[in-house]
Amino acid sequence: MPIYLDHAATTPLRREALEAMLPYLTEDFGNASSGHGFGRRARAGLDEAHEKVAAALGATPREIVFTSGGTEANNLAVKGAAWAGKARGHRIVTTTVEHHSVGHTVRYLEKFGFEIVEVPVDRYGRVDPDEVEAATTSRTVLVSVMLANNEVGTIQPIAEIAARIRRHKGVLLHTDAVQAAPHLAIDLRELDVDLLTIAAHKFEGPKGVGALYVRHGTNILAQQHGGAQERYRRAGTENVAGAMGMARALELAAAERAETANRVRELRDSLAAAISTADGVQATGHPTERLPSIASFVVAGVSGSAVTVALDLAGVACSTGSACVSGSTEVSHVLSAMGYPAEEGRGALRFSLGRATTTAEISEAAQVVIRTLAHQREAAAEVGLQRVAPAAKAPGSDQSVAEASLG
Amino acid sequence: MSGGVDSSVAAALIKSAGDEAIGVWMRLSDVSDSHSELERSCCSLDAAEDARRVASQLDIPFYILNLEREFDEGVLQPFMRAYLEGRTPSPCVDCNTVVKFGALLGRARLMYECDAVATGHYARIGHDGGRYRLFRGLDQAKDQSYFLYGLGQEQLAHVRFPLGEMSKPQVRAAARAMGLATADKRDSQEICFVPRGDYRDVLRERAGWRAEPGPLLDVDGQLVGEHFGAAGYTVGQRQGIGVALGEPRYVWTIDADANVIKLGRRQDLETRTFEVEETHFVSGEPPADAPGGSSEAFRAEIQIRHRGKPASGMLRQLDSSRWAIETDEPVWAAAPGQAAVFYRGDVVLGGGRIVRSDESVG
Repeated sequence: MPIYLDHAATTPLRREALEAMLPYLTEDFGNASSGHGFGRRARAGLDEAHEKVAAALGATPREIVFTSGGTEANNLAVKGAAWAGKARGHRIVTTTVEHHSVGHTVRYLEKFGFEIVEVPVDRYGRVDPDEVEAATTSRTVLVSVMLANNEVGTIQPIAEIAARIRRHKGVLLHTDAVQAAPHLAIDLRELDVDLLTIAAHKFEGPKGVGALYVRHGTNILAQQHGGAQERYRRAGTENVAGAMGMARALELAAAERAETANRVRELRDSLAAAISTADGVQATGHPTERLPSIASFVVAGVSGSAVTVALDLAGVACSTGSACVSGSTEVSHVLSAMGYPAEEGRGALRFSLGRATTTAEISEAAQVVIRTLAHQREAAAEVGLQRVAPAAKAPGSDQSVAEASLG
Repeated sequence: MSGGVDSSVAAALIKSAGDEAIGVWMRLSDVSDSHSELERSCCSLDAAEDARRVASQLDIPFYILNLEREFDEGVLQPFMRAYLEGRTPSPCVDCNTVVKFGALLGRARLMYECDAVATGHYARIGHDGGRYRLFRGLDQAKDQSYFLYGLGQEQLAHVRFPLGEMSKPQVRAAARAMGLATADKRDSQEICFVPRGDYRDVLRERAGWRAEPGPLLDVDGQLVGEHFGAAGYTVGQRQGIGVALGEPRYVWTIDADANVIKLGRRQDLETRTFEVEETHFVSGEPPADAPGGSSEAFRAEIQIRHRGKPASGMLRQLDSSRWAIETDEPVWAAAPGQAAVFYRGDVVLGGGRIVRSDESVG
């Protein structure tokens, strides 16, 4: 049975969440916006989902907007705040390590005249709250900083950033908490942000559901029109089953969080310690201010994507940092922002643990990873020699190079 | 797995033979991300999706392997340089020798501990007397051995061509019988990295080629017109100008340095003697065992283009990599840069790149 160490990409749906969903996929199938009994039963489920998600986050039910996932919630937060604030300002402050659903969205807004400031991060992937404040001007409409990074697990000082941003009246603060939600306690009565994104499938809820917390009184413009759903903030027939699954998964994750986080942290630490003994391995991200679930590295002399292929064949599922499979050799923007040169960034690896990860899995995975890394470093050194002759050589001579390398 | 029907069936046959198969789609160029509308190109991500679907149907692992750098250095750059220097490139030969059975085979064996690379080529591999031999595919209409002459012993030991004994209709039928997603996908015709079928676009976009018009000379050296840029022509290409001159004219020689193109009548492009360089022999050495042959000279059938008719002739060694070829009957448009592949019946002996054809003898 392969060992799954890619929980930051997605998690399995937990049984309780599935059970919470089933009635709304079958007998309680109504449209939550219909006035009849079928609709009312669906609506009751949707209300319950709002309540549960709100309770788990320390928010109120009407502050929760269900979306199709984290990407949509980030788009709604960033575009919604930008367009709503356009009359007042055009500056958006963010960081160099955001998920593309924020990073590419602000780049899109740049085409419409918004000014984007990406605050740099340090070697560990953390922004300096003072730098975020320094970038925030009277023309700023939105500050968006993720709570925890998906590739290296570094946690950002959101509370400190919030304290500084509050001095600037009218600036909205958004945080992408997609990776943080499974493992960090989030209490919006204390975490002073206006907008917060979560995605159900990261904490054993269903795929295709996310939520944006929109603090009461916060003005954002809907990005999807054609209905009054979610208080006009997200048109489209509500995914009641999805919302119910998400609510149940989050409720359970919150209740079990302390215990899960401790266990996962211990396993992560032992995996990280084992892998760190291998040649050429360097841990990435912040040593302490990091998610308990993620162990991330750069390994000298190997290609991260080649290692993930070899590990997959050997029965360990992990990733280079994000769930990209198009074979692009582009180096992670997160590692680049942290100052890793492209050559080091190529050797990125991320192992992310989940609630169900066992001690046995970790000790086996550690062995497989160490063995694979050793083999890959050796093979990569040999394949490196195979690098085809410079283009000046004609096929005949390329051939001899290719052939020689196979020996 | 290119996403076409041939490699799909090849993968299925490897799997059904009881071997452990791993599907790989080679990402060869950054065109992959930007032009999804290029559905006929094997380099588009749509093709990768098709390959992935088949791998999933076969229940085998599937990966996208990035070989952009190797493809660029080993195929694309030589391709562009050939045109810019007035030669005819053979990118499929280069891709096989340098990428598929070079970089990919090396990675498969070294990094992923595979025993062999299998592809959907129509060619056969045999073994006798301690050596591997390469044969034409059984389906003469699909035979792809011309593009594979650059393979050597070490490569052939680790290459499988499961379709070598099959005909295209059989391959299609097998794909349909197995319900493979690519069973009815049409064959790709163009060179995979030439998206709109015009290689001049590639020269413009990737090599910054700016066409410079120059003189178009007739057989007798007389100026008969203007060409739009020497790199935009290939030897043997028919020129519309022939109408005015009474009989058809073809591109005969391309002098890229002087930017001069000389035209010829059909018979002018015929030749019986030419030379090849970068000569490679599948067995590692010339066939000394041939009747009337020695390691310095032997008879063979020489084929100068894919699907071209082979011509019997004599090969004589000039130096370590150059051979002189004399055919019994003339061959037409032996273009410098093009591959000349030596056969004996179905056996591929080897091949080389045409350097020049001797006009005085033709």
